[in-house]
Amino acid sequence: MPAQPVADGLFTWPADQPRLIGSRCRECGVVTFPAQRSCPRCTSVDVEERLLGRTGTLYTWTVQGFRPKPPYAGPEEFEPYGVGYVELPGEVLVETRLTVADPDRLRIGMAVELVIVPFGDQVTYAFAPSEGDAVDASRA
Amino acid sequence: MSAPEVAIVGIGIHPFGRHDGVSGRAMGVHAVREALGDAGVGWSDVDFAFGGSRDGGNADAMVADLGLTGLPFVNVRNGCATGGSALVAASNAIRAGAGDLGVVVGFDKHAPGAFGSDPAAYGLGAWYGETGLMVTTQFFALKIQRYMHDHDITGAALARVAAKAFRNGARNPNAWRRRPLSEEEILAAPMIAHPLTQYMFCSPGEGGVALVLARADQASRYCDRPVHLRSAVIRTRRFGSFEVFSPGLALERADSPSVDAARAAFAQAGIGPEEVAVAQVQDTEAGAEIVHLAECGLCKDGEQEEWLARGVTDIDGALPVNTDGGCLANGEPIGASGLRQVYEVVAQLRGRAGERQVPGDPRVGFTHVYGAPGISACTVLSR
Repeated sequence: MPAQPVADGLFTWPADQPRLIGSRCRECGVVTFPAQRSCPRCTSVDVEERLLGRTGTLYTWTVQGFRPKPPYAGPEEFEPYGVGYVELPGEVLVETRLTVADPDRLRIGMAVELVIVPFGDQVTYAFAPSEGDAVDASRA
Repeated sequence: MSAPEVAIVGIGIHPFGRHDGVSGRAMGVHAVREALGDAGVGWSDVDFAFGGSRDGGNADAMVADLGLTGLPFVNVRNGCATGGSALVAASNAIRAGAGDLGVVVGFDKHAPGAFGSDPAAYGLGAWYGETGLMVTTQFFALKIQRYMHDHDITGAALARVAAKAFRNGARNPNAWRRRPLSEEEILAAPMIAHPLTQYMFCSPGEGGVALVLARADQASRYCDRPVHLRSAVIRTRRFGSFEVFSPGLALERADSPSVDAARAAFAQAGIGPEEVAVAQVQDTEAGAEIVHLAECGLCKDGEQEEWLARGVTDIDGALPVNTDGGCLANGEPIGASGLRQVYEVVAQLRGRAGERQVPGDPRVGFTHVYGAPGISACTVLSR
């Protein structure tokens, strides 16, 4: 049996090509993540589910350098992890863990893609550098 | 008949920092007594009070210590804008004729370390906290990283902000961090959230601040140098602003609540940002001061780099900012933090700021707080 997602309704799983689950306002077209039942822009409640694109660009990033307080449920043995906002073109910016935690290998504007990664005995979503757009740390 | 104007006629503070064995409420009571003494009035003269605390208990419980006079005492709980919100409410009460003399008080006492936050309290799924995305320090790093990219701000500017804060804190007997730190020490400290090091962040702490408000036309009864509260404004975020605790953000960027609150505060006061002689802006971390200076209209985006290099925001600069050491040197007891800024501006405008007094007899001051989940409160004060 595959590992369970950290939350229902966050991403499609199990799936060969997993997608984040957002919502789209039928009135004004605004896309939100996670899915919500009303539109934060035009206040409409006429919204539909939308599976988001799998690739985007890194809008901004940081590296979490200390173990957060509860409710953080990551491993006791703390390893710094990357965090960023990824711009999914024409859709929305998504806050996400990054598979890379080395500042020399992260830059604004780099191409990234959705991956599903282990988190304890569950799985969560993250973004990883797209093939061919990984930053060469030796040149950064 | 037009609504009465509002003046601040008394200020009180309990020193910020760590005070074992002293409750948050006791620090609030200390601040209220000092503010009443400053105004030359007693608790029984007070018509109403507004107060708040995040972790220090109910503000209105302090009537047990101050006196059971039966006055209306409203508790305010509005995150980092708790003090600002209490001030807005008290100011409106005076304008509405609900009383002539009011007290505003904020205090807090937080456990050491970065704040932990409950996703459910913000309408967010548990997964957001569990997977390590709901961390305020992270948000500030994400925001300044993008801002530095867009406006050519360097790490040296971040270090300069922090070094200034600790320099100013060393001159402030009520500050927590009173040891100056060099830019080199600040840059070499452990990285908390890239590009921000440990000494670029403020810490949750303890402290209390109180203000006595009066009708401006009666202020001379209490104080020989009353400071006029020309405006006090709170705003929440609009669609498209880049805010803390946001699993998703809109593609389009809108002005932050700080922009909205500052603009409205200046408009209501009939005073422009160029007239400000001393300013306190939220410096949860060094980058926040840089961003907020521009968001509040005090400088242009990108101008901060040169300003910091030239010392424009130093106590003897053209626009002194966070003259009491800000959140960086005082720590952040949430309920008290916004009122600390007002306390500092009032002290400066009265010419009573001691070793950290801004030269040149400043007449106009400004305060700004920002907090989760995208709120801001600003005031414009003048003598």
